[in-house]
Amino acid sequence: MAFHRLSTCAVALGEKGVALNEDTHSEILLHVNGVKHCLSVDNRTTLLDALRERVGHTGTKKGCDHGQCGACTVLCDGRRVVSCLMLAVAAEGAEVTTVEGLGGDGELLPIQQEFVRLDGFQCGYCTSGQICSAVGMLAEYAEGWPSAVTAPGSEPVLDAVEVRERMSGNLCRCGAYPSIVRAVLETAARGEVTG
Amino acid sequence: MSGAAPAVGVARPRVEGPAKVTGRARYAADVPMADLAFGIVVVSTVTRGRIRDIDVAAVQDMPGVLGVIDHRNAPRLNPDAGHFFGPDGGLQLLQDDVIPHAGRPVALVVAETLEQARAAAEALPVTYEVLPHDTDFSADHPAGRAAMALFDGPVDVGDVDRELAASAVVVRERYFTPEEHCSAMEPHSATAWWEGERLQAVDSNQGPFFIATVVATLFSLPLEQVRIRTEHVGGGFGSKGLCGPQLVLAVMGAMHFARPVRVTLSRNQVFLTTAMRPAIEQMVRIGADDDGRLRAIHHEAAFELSPLAEYIEGCTELTKTLYATPALRTRLTAVPLDILPPYSMRGPGAAPGSFALECAMDEVAERLGIDPLELRLRNEPTVGPASGLPFSTRNLVACLREGARRFGWASRDHRPRMRREGPLLVGTGLAATSFSVGAFPSTASITAEPDGTFTVVVNATDLGTGARTALTAIAADALAVGAEKVRLRISDSDFGPAWSAGGSRGTTSWAWAITEAAAKLRSSGDQGTVTVDTAQLLNDLPSRERHSYSAVFAEVTVDPATGEVRVRRLLGMFAVGRVVNPLMARSQVIGGMIGGLSMALHEEGVRDPVSGRHINADFAGYHISAHADVPDIEADFVPDYEPGIPMGIKGAGEIGNVGTPAAIANAVWHATGSRQRALPIRPDRVIEEHPLQ
Amino acid sequence: MREFAYQRVTQVREALTLVAENDGSRYLAGGTNLVDLMKCGVEAPTRLVDVRSLPLGGVREGADGGLVIGATTTNSDVAAHPEVRRRFPALSQAVLAGASGQLRNMATVGGNLLQRTRCAYFADPSQACNKRVPGTGCSAVDGAHHNHAVFGWSRHCVATHPSDMAVALAAFDAVVHYETLDGGGEIPLSEFYPPVGDTPQQETVLPSGALITAVSLPKAALSPWSRYRKVRDRASYAFANVSIAADLGVHDGVVRDVRIALGGVASQPWRARSAEAFLRGGPASFGTVPGGG
Ligand SMILES: Cc1cc2nc3c(=O)[nH]c(=O)nc-3n(C[C@H](O)[C@H](O)[C@H](O)COP(=O)(O)OP(=O)(O)OC[C@H]3O[C@@H](n4cnc5c(N)ncnc54)[C@H](O)[C@@H]3O)c2cc1C
Ligand code: SF4
Ligand code: FES
Ligand code: FES
Repeated sequence: MAFHRLSTCAVALGEKGVALNEDTHSEILLHVNGVKHCLSVDNRTTLLDALRERVGHTGTKKGCDHGQCGACTVLCDGRRVVSCLMLAVAAEGAEVTTVEGLGGDGELLPIQQEFVRLDGFQCGYCTSGQICSAVGMLAEYAEGWPSAVTAPGSEPVLDAVEVRERMSGNLCRCGAYPSIVRAVLETAARGEVTG
Repeated sequence: MSGAAPAVGVARPRVEGPAKVTGRARYAADVPMADLAFGIVVVSTVTRGRIRDIDVAAVQDMPGVLGVIDHRNAPRLNPDAGHFFGPDGGLQLLQDDVIPHAGRPVALVVAETLEQARAAAEALPVTYEVLPHDTDFSADHPAGRAAMALFDGPVDVGDVDRELAASAVVVRERYFTPEEHCSAMEPHSATAWWEGERLQAVDSNQGPFFIATVVATLFSLPLEQVRIRTEHVGGGFGSKGLCGPQLVLAVMGAMHFARPVRVTLSRNQVFLTTAMRPAIEQMVRIGADDDGRLRAIHHEAAFELSPLAEYIEGCTELTKTLYATPALRTRLTAVPLDILPPYSMRGPGAAPGSFALECAMDEVAERLGIDPLELRLRNEPTVGPASGLPFSTRNLVACLREGARRFGWASRDHRPRMRREGPLLVGTGLAATSFSVGAFPSTASITAEPDGTFTVVVNATDLGTGARTALTAIAADALAVGAEKVRLRISDSDFGPAWSAGGSRGTTSWAWAITEAAAKLRSSGDQGTVTVDTAQLLNDLPSRERHSYSAVFAEVTVDPATGEVRVRRLLGMFAVGRVVNPLMARSQVIGGMIGGLSMALHEEGVRDPVSGRHINADFAGYHISAHADVPDIEADFVPDYEPGIPMGIKGAGEIGNVGTPAAIANAVWHATGSRQRALPIRPDRVIEEHPLQ
Repeated sequence: MREFAYQRVTQVREALTLVAENDGSRYLAGGTNLVDLMKCGVEAPTRLVDVRSLPLGGVREGADGGLVIGATTTNSDVAAHPEVRRRFPALSQAVLAGASGQLRNMATVGGNLLQRTRCAYFADPSQACNKRVPGTGCSAVDGAHHNHAVFGWSRHCVATHPSDMAVALAAFDAVVHYETLDGGGEIPLSEFYPPVGDTPQQETVLPSGALITAVSLPKAALSPWSRYRKVRDRASYAFANVSIAADLGVHDGVVRDVRIALGGVASQPWRARSAEAFLRGGPASFGTVPGGG
């Protein structure tokens, strides 16, 4: 296994580039929560494992590693994705936001406050994913995106049914669903999603 | 110091809330560790057989690989090690070439990085001699035998056959529930290492002290040499009550490679190697008089288990206490098959048992043409029907009446298939339940600190139950100080013996020890440290029927053309003793009801009929309820108090699951007129050929 | 997972060359199916060519007035597109009925069409599967096949195609456009997935190494009220037991034309041609449907 070491990320990659080589490893510049991390990664490394094992952000959780639970949800350029099915090399160039990057300095976002106040979790393992997903989902709704329960031909109105459908990619075995839905609706009602 | 407002009974957000919503709360796999190596488990792809060969040489030189542990080089384990039910062969990993069930761990591959360990584990060639297997469960399987009678043993009261013969109506039905998986969102993870002479591990489990005793026995180490801790635990639901394969293998890794080794199970392996609820078949016969008074209940349950370990799925336990009946017969049959040893899953015994009993009760009401609510009310016992013991408290009637009032039950037309909304059929159903409560011995110690604060040490675990928050409140009240004066330390086997989080007895057991310690400390003038052990106190507790109660009401819609069932309303009234924190208690019982909904409509472990292997061992195949399946749920508490237990508390962790499946199944009958006696109530079981006729 | 090289490309030709050059190369789009199957050991490419930076994204009006949906457009963007919602609501609904919000943000049109079956035996390399390893046998035929094909299957394979989007595309007579180093081509969606026969490994008629560039939809659907209905084991985030995309052109109470495609029942979106023929020219009323009321 040859390891292609490039002098420094900044020189090798420029602003948004990817090291193009035939190697099985890459040097990438990962933007996480506004900080640039220069990493040499095995191309097999998922964004999830890179965040957890390389960047040290363990707030993002692994529930299934196959896109089937949503625990690993993060935002890539503001859109929610499952980080377990995204390769770290493929995340290069995107602005990745994890649960650690949501609140400002010690301040909880409204969505985080509502989760605490309304008990939107029990064990907390799905919580980072639920919160990142909710932030992404509210932005999608703000852009007018429909969901599977939006009547065709009409514009969506965020009610409990819409929230449940849109949040269905985040499983919660503790069964905190009703409080999560309430927390999301309360946040939406406060009208300040990202604080 | 006195005069602080009581903390118990007040709704408060969880103390660890901010840590959980910001990602700061650490779980077992999150703990940073220098020089960490990663272990990946390789599991058997055959259901029964022998390992012919494991070709370690084929992966030894792959990048980053440190080595492979299998039955040829693994440390020898003590076969006496076990769990609640005795020695557990499920713990004897990598000891020989025998494959007793599909998914049995056969090797641990350890490498420098996760990717490298995974690649080598996938590449490891393992060949097997395949032997015939039997995973085909049924109640009349020839291998069936009486279950161990440690609890829920056979009961015979009165003459069941004579009473049934004299009954105006007799319902006799069979009920099936499949293998179900606990499916906590956090996959089991353990990191083990040596610190000098001491084995250290951070593990996801439901009780580090108990787990430490198992590890010590298993590896023949003195208990003092073993220290197990948990961090936050991402749910357990029973599956983390045992010493899991992640921990056994991580310890082997740490011993073998003399460095910290982390073993995290894949989701697939969580399905294959951690405890599940067994498949169950039940037979219920109920005889009643015209006026709805029961004459006899006969309840038999058969469940599968493994020859590797004993287990009791106590399905008939609630039948022994829920209704007055002059004749009662219960039996439990265990059928050994080539499967992973089953173990308690949230609401063990009671969740499937109540599905059978409460569906059968609904059929009795139907046959008699009386209100199912009324049927329950007419059969309230004054003493335990099997034990003859008095009830410490019994608030089932309050749950039923208050639930019925809030649900609007009075206006229900009890005939089936009477409500239609467009193409949908609508129905409602209810179930009554009980869940046994109590406490187990625990220790706790409290230190009065010089600064006026108190350090409370108890070996509790918080699986999301809110134990941290609840025990802080309990300690504060017991010490008559504000909650901010209490520093609670939990989840470290060095803190001494305590019951694990399980059996709905965690909070009661720990709270008892804390209140005792607080009383002692206060009587000694709030000085120094006191340590207590509640073992003796528990012995002195008079025998009583002690239970939590609930009534669950469900409304469903059924699309007869597609067979889709949706739960539209779900309401539970609970009598769970004094409620320590209404916000968290409500979350607990609602979470349980969602578990029950999931059991009713979705959950089903499916095995390949040919190979006997699981074929849906992931979250895309094994469905648990998602957001869209779950309506807003109403849950509340009737005033209740358990006189035998300090602070009057009972457990609330499992009763939510119980009752909900029957309430939903009864609602589906009410909507469609067809009984659903097998779970889950899948669309193909409900779909009608001529839906609108 | 086997080690692999990774390259991100910005030119179609570059992508085609890289894939043609090396047998083990595969296009990577959202990765929601490919990375998943690599983790299962079902796919083991030696090189991934990331196509998401190709200029193939977005929905535009075609020369004939139809809609052209670029291959790298995410499922979310397809579903939310105003023209898709207005003219082909069943397509928007079908896409939204699939997977989850997170997955739809990653998944692309090209990848969605080429996603592999969800047959559990296929995803497990320790099981015999003709689709994965031709000639090994089909474990599902004698095994658990509760959710497998009811139409068009063979003893060699009873798997279904999992895509919801493709079902709606089939109902709209969409066309798949592709490029190869030898030039481009187009394939009607109804011919894109060949019959199973004894070659279940042959999942599409796409030439080897071809890159899907777009999917095009006709100028107009039969009606502006086409619909997609999906039945599954839970209310969301689950593959279909069965689904239906239907577009019904009605004039003066008479079914002028109708297109119906079924999902979750065959190795391809299944056009219900006999049902269409039965309905065509008949009265547009509930009573027309046998068993309806
Ligand atoms: C948990 C889960 C649930 C899901 N539920 C549903 C569901 O309910 N309904 C549904 O329809 N889908 C569902 N999906 C599948 C999902 O929609 C597909 O995985 C996705 O659409 C694939 O798109 P992609 O861009 O991620 O493809 P990739 O995974 O990147 O690629 C898939 C295949 O297409 C090839 N490919 C990609 N782009 C091109 C191109 N332009 N030209 C040629 N070849 C190309 C790749 O080489 C690969 O072989 C689910 C997936 C998961 C993980
Ligand atoms: S049905 Fe097809 S995909 Fe499934 S095992 Fe058989 S051949 Fe393989
Ligand atoms: S861990 Fe990524 S979806 Fe489950
Ligand atoms: S809070 Fe435990 S899984 Fe959601």
